[in-house]
Amino acid sequence: MADKHVDQLSGIETTGHEWDGIRELDNPLPRWWLWIFYACVVWSIGYYIAYPAIPLVSSYTKGMLGYSSRAEVHKEVAAAKAAQADQLQAIADASLEEIRTKPELLEFAMAGGKSAFNVNCSQCHGSGAQGAPGYPNLNDDEWVWGGSLDAIHTTITHGARNTQSDDARVSQMPAFVKDGIFTREQAGQVAEFVLSLSGNATDQAAANEGQQLFEDNCVACHGEGGVGTAELGAPPLNNDIWLYGGDKATIVESIANSRAGVMPAWGKILDDVTVKQLTIYVHSLGGGQ
Amino acid sequence: MTTETEIAQNERAAAPDITQHDVEAVNKSEHRSLYKKRVKIHPKRVWGTFRKLKWWIMAITLGIYYITPWIRWDRGIGNPDQAVLIDFPHRRFYFFFIEIWPQEVYYFAGLLIMAAVGLFFITSVFGRAWCGYACPQTVWTDLFIWVERFVEGDRAARIRLDKAPMSFSKAVKRVLKHTIWLVISVATGGAWIFYFADAPTLAQDFILLDAAPIAYMTVGVLTFTTYSLGGLMREQVCTYMCPWPRIQGAMMDEHSLTVTYKHDRGEPRAPYKKGETFENRGDCVDCKACVVACPAGIDIRDGQQLECITCALCIDACDDVMSKIGRPRGLIDYDSVAAMNARIEGKPAKLRPIRFRTVAYFSLWAAIGIFMLVVFVGRTELDINVLRDRNPIFTRLGDGSIQNAYTFKILNKARIERSVFLEITEPEGARMKVVGAAETEPAMTALFELNPDTLQSFRLLVQIPDDMINDEAMDIHFQLRDMSNGETATYDSVFRAPER
Repeated sequence: MADKHVDQLSGIETTGHEWDGIRELDNPLPRWWLWIFYACVVWSIGYYIAYPAIPLVSSYTKGMLGYSSRAEVHKEVAAAKAAQADQLQAIADASLEEIRTKPELLEFAMAGGKSAFNVNCSQCHGSGAQGAPGYPNLNDDEWVWGGSLDAIHTTITHGARNTQSDDARVSQMPAFVKDGIFTREQAGQVAEFVLSLSGNATDQAAANEGQQLFEDNCVACHGEGGVGTAELGAPPLNNDIWLYGGDKATIVESIANSRAGVMPAWGKILDDVTVKQLTIYVHSLGGGQ
Repeated sequence: MTTETEIAQNERAAAPDITQHDVEAVNKSEHRSLYKKRVKIHPKRVWGTFRKLKWWIMAITLGIYYITPWIRWDRGIGNPDQAVLIDFPHRRFYFFFIEIWPQEVYYFAGLLIMAAVGLFFITSVFGRAWCGYACPQTVWTDLFIWVERFVEGDRAARIRLDKAPMSFSKAVKRVLKHTIWLVISVATGGAWIFYFADAPTLAQDFILLDAAPIAYMTVGVLTFTTYSLGGLMREQVCTYMCPWPRIQGAMMDEHSLTVTYKHDRGEPRAPYKKGETFENRGDCVDCKACVVACPAGIDIRDGQQLECITCALCIDACDDVMSKIGRPRGLIDYDSVAAMNARIEGKPAKLRPIRFRTVAYFSLWAAIGIFMLVVFVGRTELDINVLRDRNPIFTRLGDGSIQNAYTFKILNKARIERSVFLEITEPEGARMKVVGAAETEPAMTALFELNPDTLQSFRLLVQIPDDMINDEAMDIHFQLRDMSNGETATYDSVFRAPER
């Protein structure tokens, strides 16, 4: 260290360093600051003893209080679960219609359903349940398999065209061109007729040609005028809602090769209460019947 | 420098009844190094107008603080009956007949702004009146000094006691003083928590050790702060910790009143012996009664200082001396710099409380107050909040109409059940469906049964036929009407449709 040096003007000793002729006075620290510093030191010793503090090779000092943030999370989750127990039981005991009309059950089921939907369903149906080609929009009022509470519940529980549940929704539309029932040209004519049902035909002559083919081959499931039959999973064709797309090429594709979307049987994966909550949530989105 | 303690022994009689204090102000700025240990101040008891005023203000402010949570106010069965209550768990603030919801916290903001502007106004007129009379630090310190004087005696006795070696009687006095301080401190913290829960219940729980841990922690923290700030730190809080003394200079000008030693009248100062004339000298007899009375440890005769909280006790001390020697009172008095300068120049000294600055502060304060009053009077007990679903933005239904979904929140601030009708006044042709309602068909109106004093949330589906839609974003106007008293609440939102 440099020699002891006292600043002439103030009479205070300096730190002994010099930078370009500038020296720093070695004033004492403010006492309040020092006391807080000492208090922090004392506090930290107590903290080291009480709480997990020092990392070791494969572990760490646990502290006398045995505190662990992971255990806290588990405790909070358990407490939240316990807090939900009454309402979950009420949902398990109530019918779907009761849940729908009782405000406190409805609110709870919609919240639980929304979170279950986001985890399990949004991958295909979208986070707002707005759907995508091949995956129905659940906000509208067209339902392939029915939009009542019970129909939605059955669809969620058993899914569609899967191997998990024997009661899965199954329908099998023929692949009209691939199976040799229609020619490509006939498929185009039927497509024009289907488009004409919702007033969207581009070629009225072709549509007229397709009418007879439609009545011979399609009415059995899709109904007279294409109104659809939910029991058979045959969607209405007379409106602007299209599962795979409403342009002519897509409709021709659907007629030629058929479509067969698959949905898991959620009853095998989720518990009954969650499936009920999902049912209520999906029903509440806008198209429930 | 000789210490105050030694000097205090040398007090001598100058004129009859006047004690000449041979002391120097401990906080005189030229002696006050930031690195020096604090010198204890022993303020001497004074009698007079301002001391009396301060006792009254102390009684009133402490009375308001301690008694308010115990005032009851009937709000009906099952509702809190405490007049002033901040109910965090239920998110309500009660103030007598007023009940504030969290959404209305701007009333608080308004009150805080009014308090700030009001403080600016008071400061511009009276200087640091807040510091001197109403600041909790001043009030509690005053109370603690009173306790100290009650237990240990007045200034001279306290200085002697500080100097005396430890003895049984000294120990008793010290223990007694600190005990009373602690009791006051606990009571301070204790009163605070009663504003946040039902006071009688909490008081009982608190004593039976059944209250929430946060209650004990709050009382503990406030006990510590009251005891240390009011008992131990005192004037240091005002001088070093508080930002307000630094800020208040911006509100003051040369016309602001402040506690002033009128040096034009007092100087040249000189000791006075009975029978001497006051010719060719000032009125100040240099008795230093003002110095020993000062709780901030300054000499007011040095002029306006940062440390001075304008507690006005030196005015009382000086007035007392002036009356005894037969001179006019008010050598130390509320005065303005402008008035003093005018006197020195021989002009008439006039106080000017009405000037641009004070009028501006007052007008601003009054304008905010009137605005808040108008807003408050127009406050309804029915309110709606509508949030449009953004995912999906809209849904096309099978019949071609467009559907939007809204989260609909209805606030019933009244403490009664009510039935309200919702209708869409614009656009025409809109129909709605409430999720959870018994009827499932869309209709022109919807009926809601509201529980008392609650916020209820609904999901509302609005459908508009395609041919009624003329824009991809249409204004939609919701109106809620209470059927019994006609109270309405409205909300303007947007209805989205495909591009056209």
